Amino acid sequence: MIIVWLILVPLAGGLIAWYSGKRSASLARYISVLTLALMFGLVMKILLQDSAAIGMNIYGPWILEIKQEWIPQIGAGFHLAVDGLNLLLLLLTVFLGFAAVASSWTEIKERVGLFYLMLLWVLAGIIGVFLSMDLFLFYVFWELMLVPMYFLIVLWGHENRRYAAFKFFLFTQAGGLIMLVGVLGLYFIHGRQTGQYTFEYMSLVGTSMGRLTELLLMSCFFIAFAVKLPAVPLHTWLADAHTEAPTAGSVVLAGLLLKTGAYGLIRFALPLFPNASAEVAPGCMVIAVIGVIYGSIMAFAQTDIKRLIAYSSISHMGFVLLGIYAWSEVALQGAIMQIVCHGIATGALFIIAGTIQERTGTRDMGRMGGLWETAPRMGAAALFFALASLGLPGLGNFIGEFMVLLGSYRVNIVITAIGAAGVVSATVYSLWLIQRVFHGRDVNILKGGDLAAREMALMAVMMAALIWLGLFPQQIFNISQPALKNLRVADASSGAEILARKGEGDSRGGNIREGFRQ
Amino acid sequence: MRMTDIAALAPFIVLASTAIAVMLLSAFNRDHRVSVFLTVAGLGGSFAALLKSAQLVPHNITSLIIVDGYGLFFIGLIALAGIVVACLSFGYLRGRKVNPDEYYVLLLLAVLGSAILVSAGHFASFFLGLEILSVSLYSLIAYLRSSERGNEAGVKYLVLAAVSASFLLFGMALLYARLGTLEFIKMAGAGASLGNDAMLLAGFILIVVGAGFKLAVVPFHMWTADVYEGAPAPVAAFIATVSKGAMFALLLRFFWHVELYKYPGLVLLFSIISAASMFVGNLLALFQQNIKRILAYSSIAHQGYLLVAFLAGGKESIMAVSYYLLAYFVSMLGAFGVITVISGKEEDVDTISDYRGLAWRRPLFAAVFIVMLLSLAGIPLTAGFIGKYYVMSAGAGSALWVLVAILAVNSTIGLYYYLRIVAALFSEAGERVFRETPAVEFFAGIVISTLTAILFFLGIYPAPVIRIVHCAIAGFL
Repeated sequence: MIIVWLILVPLAGGLIAWYSGKRSASLARYISVLTLALMFGLVMKILLQDSAAIGMNIYGPWILEIKQEWIPQIGAGFHLAVDGLNLLLLLLTVFLGFAAVASSWTEIKERVGLFYLMLLWVLAGIIGVFLSMDLFLFYVFWELMLVPMYFLIVLWGHENRRYAAFKFFLFTQAGGLIMLVGVLGLYFIHGRQTGQYTFEYMSLVGTSMGRLTELLLMSCFFIAFAVKLPAVPLHTWLADAHTEAPTAGSVVLAGLLLKTGAYGLIRFALPLFPNASAEVAPGCMVIAVIGVIYGSIMAFAQTDIKRLIAYSSISHMGFVLLGIYAWSEVALQGAIMQIVCHGIATGALFIIAGTIQERTGTRDMGRMGGLWETAPRMGAAALFFALASLGLPGLGNFIGEFMVLLGSYRVNIVITAIGAAGVVSATVYSLWLIQRVFHGRDVNILKGGDLAAREMALMAVMMAALIWLGLFPQQIFNISQPALKNLRVADASSGAEILARKGEGDSRGGNIREGFRQ
Repeated sequence: MRMTDIAALAPFIVLASTAIAVMLLSAFNRDHRVSVFLTVAGLGGSFAALLKSAQLVPHNITSLIIVDGYGLFFIGLIALAGIVVACLSFGYLRGRKVNPDEYYVLLLLAVLGSAILVSAGHFASFFLGLEILSVSLYSLIAYLRSSERGNEAGVKYLVLAAVSASFLLFGMALLYARLGTLEFIKMAGAGASLGNDAMLLAGFILIVVGAGFKLAVVPFHMWTADVYEGAPAPVAAFIATVSKGAMFALLLRFFWHVELYKYPGLVLLFSIISAASMFVGNLLALFQQNIKRILAYSSIAHQGYLLVAFLAGGKESIMAVSYYLLAYFVSMLGAFGVITVISGKEEDVDTISDYRGLAWRRPLFAAVFIVMLLSLAGIPLTAGFIGKYYVMSAGAGSALWVLVAILAVNSTIGLYYYLRIVAALFSEAGERVFRETPAVEFFAGIVISTLTAILFFLGIYPAPVIRIVHCAIAGFL
């Protein structure tokens, strides 16, 4: 039942926040914080209570699950389940949920209750996506999380918000529908083979099909997830949506919504279609590296601070894609690490960009300069997160990118080498951002002073998280490792050759992890 | 005629006698409230009667009327839609300078015609039902005589419906000449020996043309937008749902009984019509400024979606069509319901700019409207999503991948214009000051909130309704 509460709590909390927002705006804010605290408690309960079990993997594939009939006539069930993989993402969701609420504390002045309703409902939708183990239910949540996000952008966004919101909704909806076609294809193939028409994930894994069919169905899934991730060339919605969204919207978009794409690939696209995935893996890795390089070049060329961060997301998510399609344990661990750390670092950068915009009234870096003079705390925080996102050792992002490169090196040296260049280019645009905004001549456009205590506290927590992830990554690996093993075993049972091909990489990975532990 | 025949016919008898009763009553005592009450009671009585007839199925009354679960399901749907339209019309007509009583007579007759259509198993009852429906609609569309657009729409509909009826008759004549029967079931046997006969095919195609006009599928869609725009909002709701739904149900029955799936030419023709309807409907809707016109074009696209399920054939096809029509009825009636309620006393409030800022003035209305639009767009948790799922699933199950892909593309295009309306609801009020919205009629309020509740129920927990539909259509196969 605790799993269902994870979705019900934000839904109900949103409604209460909305209702109380009519009386008092700050009441709505506190209720949102309270809701998130409750969600945090639920996640921690799963994490602490079952942490021993996670390591030993005694529950079989799932730590917790709930399975009910929903629409028995079509074989759709209400199946939610937690394993190490989505448990980490749940933690990230709640963590960034706090960040989103805190960052919108003063930014949102109008219709505050409605804002928190939408924010909490987006979180509920995202949690639903992470937990669903029934493809029909997954699709429902996948579509559903778009609606409140659309409203967040269209109602509280910046100048060009309508365009951005439309583009966001249409791109992801198109991707989703293509996925639905793929889901139906898989459903019928499985149904005809076994006589059992079902959307249940565990039943569908291991469905055998012809090569071409598998490739086609796989690409249906891949397109949907690649739009969300985003992979070049399906990324064009991202820069607009991130830029025009209010700060909390950008945090949720960059920190969580993009991650649903990566999660979908890890959870569904590869295990459901192992052979086709192995076949297209080199191509996907090329796409990933193109994303890495393209994202950083575009980031470098931006003058709008939020746009710069948005393009840097494309670059960083390229590493995630690279790690996923390398499909060795090290690379996958790295991808998950990168998912978590990118969520925090980029979320924090968007929050800083939001505070800058709130205080200067512009996002144009050409009009900024020398902010360090008047806002040293903001500058220091920005520098920290810029360093984190360029992959400074000691912070979480470094571990993620390093392990992705390490894992994919075993698979394809050339692609990995080019990808590694992306790490270098990240240095350029990150420092360029700091240079243009915080250094140089003070143009005195900052009104409202340096970061306040609330904002500093938020920054401090996010910094602490990144340092912790950078110094003790093994704790994350311990949580996700059994889940990944399950995924890859499920995969290997129908695509034995992949295991054989990647097996070598694994033993290497084991050693490396030992190295990190020391 | 035995007693059981009368019992089986009860839904029709109740409808017809209510129409007469309302007509007679208005001769003595013109009271809008009584008329609408009687109408709703008649429609409700008809619905209650069909629950009784459901125990007698399948039951053929001569060869004209087939009382089976499939037909009764649609009669139920039509009767309930009729109640919704009647309730909406009450508030709508009360503010206008017309005699409202005859309106309900016409409405009841239109419902009766539709009910006959969905139960027809014979060309005679097919044509009778169609004409009862059409003739009532001519007058309903032009009911507000002072409205220029209404009169124009009425005449347009009259001319086109008459033309389509003659196509239909010509097709029937050709088929009769070739097959020697007017009964659907006997045609299959008679046609089997003829093979790919030119005259036979011509007959079927002419019937498709005639039916196509009523369904407003491309290329027979020209009248739709003008008629929707000109007709009073509740009548437009009726045309969009009941009239099209009844025709569709009939067409499916006709195809099924005559076994037209065996003719590859016809299947190809319908595939082209389906794809064209989806694209033309959705693309033209993008350019409209008038919400009734947008809904008109979107209804063309929805017929295209339905045809995908229609073409799939088999049991899933009937299930998909039934559920989709149910979801479509609820969403369309809800959307038109909001337009009806918001419209002032003078004319319909129907351009997008009229709706700017509605979310801030009337948040509840706007919320209902958004939910209806999202259901039409097929967003999950609404009835429309399950409907869309069924259609796509039927298409995918029969490996109509091209059509399914076109459907997916069109769903995305469709989303754009629904979102345009949604965005307008939230934007700041434009230059044209939003007119004062009248207080909501009690009936209309109840009807719209019920529709919203049904919409969510159908979307969130459809299992019980699916079970009912399964039972209803079980005997059809």
